[in-house]
Amino acid sequence: MTEDELKNIIFSGLRQVAPESEPATLRPDQNIRETLDIDSFDFLSFLIALNEKLGVEIPEADYGKLSTLEAMLGYLAPKVAA
Amino acid sequence: MADFVMPSLGADMASATLVKWHVKPGDTVKRGQVVAEVDTDKGIIDIECFVNGEIEKLVAEPGAKIPVGSVMAVIKTSEAMPAAVSSPASSTPAVEAPVAAPETPHIHASPLARKIAAELHVDLQPLIGHGTGPGGLIDREDVEHAAETATAPAARIRISPFARRRAAELNVDIASLRGSGPGGAIEAADVERAAKPVVAKTGDSMRRAIAAAMAKSKREIPHYYLQTRIDMSVMLAWLQAENQKRSIKDRLLPVVPLLRALAKALRDVPQLNGFWIDGEHRVSDAIHLGFAIAMKGGGLVAPALHDVDKKSCDELMTDLRDLIPRARSGRLRSSEMTDATITITSLGDLGVETVFGVIYPPQVAIVGLGKIMEQPWAKDGMLGVHSVMTASLAADHRATDGHLGAQFLEALNRHLQTPDQP
Repeated sequence: MTEDELKNIIFSGLRQVAPESEPATLRPDQNIRETLDIDSFDFLSFLIALNEKLGVEIPEADYGKLSTLEAMLGYLAPKVAA
Repeated sequence: MADFVMPSLGADMASATLVKWHVKPGDTVKRGQVVAEVDTDKGIIDIECFVNGEIEKLVAEPGAKIPVGSVMAVIKTSEAMPAAVSSPASSTPAVEAPVAAPETPHIHASPLARKIAAELHVDLQPLIGHGTGPGGLIDREDVEHAAETATAPAARIRISPFARRRAAELNVDIASLRGSGPGGAIEAADVERAAKPVVAKTGDSMRRAIAAAMAKSKREIPHYYLQTRIDMSVMLAWLQAENQKRSIKDRLLPVVPLLRALAKALRDVPQLNGFWIDGEHRVSDAIHLGFAIAMKGGGLVAPALHDVDKKSCDELMTDLRDLIPRARSGRLRSSEMTDATITITSLGDLGVETVFGVIYPPQVAIVGLGKIMEQPWAKDGMLGVHSVMTASLAADHRATDGHLGAQFLEALNRHLQTPDQP
């Protein structure tokens, strides 16, 4: 999976929980939840969607590693490739 | 025989527009069955039946705006009318009346016009004052004319299939759009642009509804406020252990054990769970927590999570997963709008440390939960860093006193220290 494909999956998951936002305008270092106003319930729904699409298990302890787009790509890319 | 009336779906509701019936005369209905959909300030609400019986007659026509308490249908039943019909909120009509008056003009239309309007899906509301019959009566011709003008242009509208689908999703009338695509074709972007004012309008009416309820609360309810800091370390450790055992889709949010602890604390101190109606404090046996949910476009709803004291954490998580998206897309059931016996507001997601709520009348209390944050915490003579949450209580001083409120917050604290207990 290329980085762009992964990004697209992340964006479509974010659009589902924050339909009025445009995730493509996110800067790589912006806090996703704050910028898109995503609460803990929506964030969990988003992670469930990622889990379904990518097959990646994300332990609760790792939620903090998914705060920005940059961090999310860095965390998910090796797991998707593996 | 029983009259099925438009229920009050909140202290702030004056009327609602009937969208459609799910039943017809002769149908057998059961208590709790969804019989109709109505459009309210808080989105489309599924109205549930309150008796077992058979539909004798449908009185209200789809498209009509129906004031709270007006007869919508007649039900053949041998049951006595349950008290639930006059939901707590509906017993406060006196205050709603001034709000209601300008918003519920009577539709002066002939029976035939109403029937045809229902068949052709014509909304009679915009025709008020434009009737051409005797005395401004809306007659058959008016309805048919309205139906023609509504559908005729739609036939030759140039629109992409995607844009058409978006229009249906966003409830946009494509006849009113000007296309910006090739040859004036309507594109999805045109539809989305047009959808925005609609969203704002819904927001406005919700804003007015919240304004009415909150102003009533602050006008009538003498609030008292208490707050306490609660050590959440034990609860969070329990939650972490639980979630480690679970796959991501079965994981619990911290709010789930919090709701359970709240329900247990209300069992210990039931006086905060109930209503103040007609100068009287009425404690509720059932514990239905109204859970405040922020809407994406502003505003909020606080639908009831039913019987929280009788549910497991998994059942509560399932309920939340069902309730939150429905609340945000405007698909709540009437019982969820009326049954809450106390409200919980949690602004912790935004990093707010303390929230003092405004009681939703006729309830007598609202609990505010802040962010769980690491703070210095002294315990057994040692200073350490613990996860701490500030819980607040705003309660009606007519119904209870601070001493009892303090007992409740202490009970909440106690139950949060033993999250594994059933």
